[in-house]
Order: sequence, then structure tokens, then C-alpha cells
Amino acid sequence: MAPVRLGGSASFTCGLAATMACNDDRIVIEARGLTKRFGNVLAVDGLSFDVEPGRVTGFLGPNGSGKSTTMRLIMGLDLPNAGSVTVGGRKYHDLPWPLREVGSLLEANSIHPGRSARAHLWSLAQSNGIARRRVDEVLELVGLTAVATKRAGKFSLGMTQRLGIAAALLGDPGVLLFDEPVNGLDPEGIRWVRNLCRGLASDGRTVFISSHLMAEMSLTADHLVVIGKGRMIAEMSVTEFVARSSRQSVRVRTPSASSLSDAVRAASGIVIPEPDGSMTVTGMNAADIGELAASLNVALHELTPVASLEDAFMELTDEAVEYRAAP
Amino acid sequence: MTAIPTTPAPAPAPAAAPAAAPIPGGRAGLRQAVRSEWTKFWSVRSTAWSLAATVFLVLGICVLANATAANNGLHVPDPTRRSLVGFLLGQFAIGVLGVLVISAEYSTGSIRSTLAGMPRRPVVIAAKVVVFGVVALVVSEVLAFSAFFIGQALLSRTGYSATLSQPGVTQAVLESGLYLTALGLLALGMATVIRHTAGAIAAFAGILLVLPLVVPALPTSMVNAITRYLPANIGVTILSSAQNTHIFSTPDFSASTGLAILAGYAAAMLVLGGWLMVKRDA
Repeated sequence: MAPVRLGGSASFTCGLAATMACNDDRIVIEARGLTKRFGNVLAVDGLSFDVEPGRVTGFLGPNGSGKSTTMRLIMGLDLPNAGSVTVGGRKYHDLPWPLREVGSLLEANSIHPGRSARAHLWSLAQSNGIARRRVDEVLELVGLTAVATKRAGKFSLGMTQRLGIAAALLGDPGVLLFDEPVNGLDPEGIRWVRNLCRGLASDGRTVFISSHLMAEMSLTADHLVVIGKGRMIAEMSVTEFVARSSRQSVRVRTPSASSLSDAVRAASGIVIPEPDGSMTVTGMNAADIGELAASLNVALHELTPVASLEDAFMELTDEAVEYRAAP
Repeated sequence: MTAIPTTPAPAPAPAAAPAAAPIPGGRAGLRQAVRSEWTKFWSVRSTAWSLAATVFLVLGICVLANATAANNGLHVPDPTRRSLVGFLLGQFAIGVLGVLVISAEYSTGSIRSTLAGMPRRPVVIAAKVVVFGVVALVVSEVLAFSAFFIGQALLSRTGYSATLSQPGVTQAVLESGLYLTALGLLALGMATVIRHTAGAIAAFAGILLVLPLVVPALPTSMVNAITRYLPANIGVTILSSAQNTHIFSTPDFSASTGLAILAGYAAAMLVLGGWLMVKRDA
């Protein structure tokens, strides 16, 4: 099945995020045709996407959709069968001080259980010439100072995640890659990660965070890259994604777009202008929009109920997807 | 802007997260990697346990073998070799440490953190070789001389004891230490190729214990050609080099040549492991 690109062009994306400048220099993580095969399984299938700084980009997909593999490809841990991915224009392998440029939290078990939290962080700091006091700073930042000398194997899943985040922040990097950072965290921890990610993005950093939880992503991320079975499903703002995920979605084409949009909004509908001049309306069904247009004497050239992103998502992934569209 | 309650206002960064710090010139290299590996090496318990086991086996067997010889008035044709006999067991403990230096990274997943800090994989292996090699060399030489002096002290009343000033003795003791170091590096290289702790330890033990049993089953002409190249035989050659009392067969090469061959095995395995590491997914 062909991937459904619902994202529209880059200029459209930037138009929605009104405060963002739109400029190719701003692309920090650039994936082009990224493909990874494990035996007969195509884990990542021709993925191309951009991640920009100053916002949280959510990387959404069901379990097993290739998110972790993509993260590993960005880090150079796995080698792609085709395509490429760069961070700040360079392959991860070629970064002179990797931890000062990219901070990563991969699967939780990237830590020797016999090593203390402090020794783990200190060894990483040494590998990139990072000062020792920074180790204590990040331990403080994630709230692990009291258990710094305890062996990491004795940590709960939540503490292990915090240690992983401390390691990511160690080099004070401009790019952060978090793979399922809220796994194992309690609600307090989830909110902490959410605020941390948003704070890092508001510093102007690039934050790329994967999750299989749509609800969590809708709260944390500004922008989304959505994949299923290793293929691109959508690349768009969260606002747009949530609007499209609502049950009703109708494509409307009319020469009097502005007056109809105003009326639809007044009737509590949501209007998303499309690059081709049409618009997508959610929150109203086709019949109500038709009646509204008739009452305004507006001609309609098209009035098409369209499948929601949720449907597209389910269809492509063939799996239960754990998310709810926001009300 | 539509009024959908999706994203809350950006929250302030918790605590101090200053904008990304300036990045210095140059790049992370072997020096940083060695410092990192040094910290990693000493911050896990298995290092202390493996080193303690090596010391215990080398010196324990030395005391046992030489006290027995002295008490029973045994004929000791090569007192140097007798004092170093514990190396034939201690080599397994140092081999386990050499294996763990890399295999534990794969079994625990910490290889991902290591490669995040230093993505150039040959540099990671080189740093491990430096750290493990230096520690193994110091421990092995201290053990070799300690075992020699303890052994000779115990043998002194038998009239068979050796001294370092006798021809070939200092060299035999020194080269025995180098033998232990080279075997540890061979184990590290094998673990870089095999990547699994149990598999690498089994393979290492197999080379030392099983090959000497299997090779004699081959046709006689091949047995002679192969036997002298087995690490276990090279080891006995080196330990016996003070008096040339090799018990299996007369070697065609000197202890120093044997040591060079063993170092070649270790180097070949490390290069193969490094090449595979670059080719394989971590």
C-alpha cells in the first residue's frame, strides 16, 4: 500500500506554525530515504523527514513500527541498507564531540547494572572531555544525587530513565533524541519529562522524541512525524494532526473560501486550509456544511467526506493503536 | 489560529539548562576514550574479582606446588618453571577479564552509551586494548616475579632453587608475564569477534584445553606441525625456557618467537574484531 502523505508541502507546514521561520538552514536532523532491513523484515522503509530546532518533534507510531530502529540509525548504531541521515549536516560518526552535539536516550538498558550512576556519567563525560562538575549538575537536574553512588542495576525503571536523561543532557547538546522517555515513569515523572522537553525546545534546541502514545505526544510535541510499519504516514503539526484525527473530516472546495470558513468557525467547526486552495473541515458533517453554504449563497465545487488520519493510521499499521483523539 | 486545546504554553526549563555550550576545537579521540575506559574498567566489580582470582590462582598454586616439592624432597629439574606453574590456571582468570571488558558491553547494552560517546569503533577497541593491556601487563609481571621469589624461597631448602642471575631465568620470568598479558589480549580479541560472554569464554578455554586434546587425533605429520603453534604449548615453552624442560616436545622456536606468535594471534583477533565491529550493527 502506498504511504498516505497528509503533511502537505514544507511551506504549508511552516505557515501553520506561524512563529517559525522557514528556512532550510534550520533543518537539524535530515533523513533521506532511510531504509533498514533485518533479514526479511523491512524495519524502516524509505523514511525521509526533517527535524527543526526550537520545537518538540514527536515521532509517533505503534510498537514495532521502526521508531527505535530509526533512532539507532540516526545514532549510527545500526547501518542503513539505503539512504542517509545527518545531524547538523554530518553523519553522527563524524561529529567531533558527539555528546556535546547530540544527547540521546535510547532503550533503558544502555547502562552496565554493576556501575554506579556517577561512574556511568563520569565515564561518558571523559569520553567527550566534559568537566566533572557537569556530572553532579545533571545528577541534580534529574534528582538522582542521593543515589549517585548506588549501582544502576538497583534502580527502578523510572530512575533508570532519569539516569538515561542525565546522560543525554551531560554534554549540554543542541540536539536531543529521546526514545520512549516516559516509559516506566509515574504521572509526576511524565509531567517532568514533558516540561523538560518543552523547556529544551524553548531554549532553541532540537528535540526529537518517540512515543507510541498519541495522547502524550499531543501534550508534549509541537510537530509530528508519524510512521507505521517503517513507512511515513504523516508529517505535520500536532494541531493539524488532532484536528484531522477527529471523526468528521470533509474536504471543501469553494470560490468563497473566506466567508465560508468564517461561518464554519462560527458554527464551531475547524478549518484547515490546504495548499491546493481547498480546505479540510472537521467538527461538522458534509450535510451541515452544505446547508451552511446554501444559507450563505456560497457555491460549493467539492464536498467530500474523507477518511480521518486515524483510519489511515489503522489501515496502514493493521494494529491496535493506543491513542485517543483530543475531544 | 484554531482554538483546539492541544499544546499547553511552553513550560520553563526545569533548573539550569543554559543554551548549548560552545563546542571546543579538535575532536574526541583515543586519549578521551582511554580515560573513559579506565573509569569503566575500575567501576565494575567483575574487574576486582577477576584480578583477585588471577592472583589467588597464580600464587596459590605456586605455594602449593613448591611447598609440596620441598616437603617431599622431590627432584625439581626446573625450579623457575615450578614457581610459575600457577600461570597455567591463572591464565583462565585473566582471560575471563579480557572477555568481560568487551562482552559485558554487549550483554548489558552499555555498548550503546559507549558508541554514543565515541562512534568510531576502532578507537573504542584501541582504548580497551590500552587500558586492559596496561593493567594486565603490570599485574602479570608483578605476579611472575612474586611467584618466582615465593617459589624459590620455598624450594631453597631442597637445593634446587634458581636465582635471577642464572642464565635465562630473568628472561623466562619476564616472558611468562608477557605470555599472560598476550593471552588476556587474545581473549579480548576473541570476545570482540564473538560478543557473548559465555561463548567467548568457552572458545578461549577451548583453545587452551580442548585443542591440545584434539590435535593428537590428527595424522602424525600434522600433529607435529600444528602442536607447536597451539597457545597452550607456546605457554609451556615460555614457562620452561630457563632450562628448556618442555615436557611435550622439543619446540622448533625459542620462547621469544613463541611470544611473538601469540601476540600475532591476539593482534589478528583484535583486527578481525575491529573490522567486524565496523561492519556489524551494534
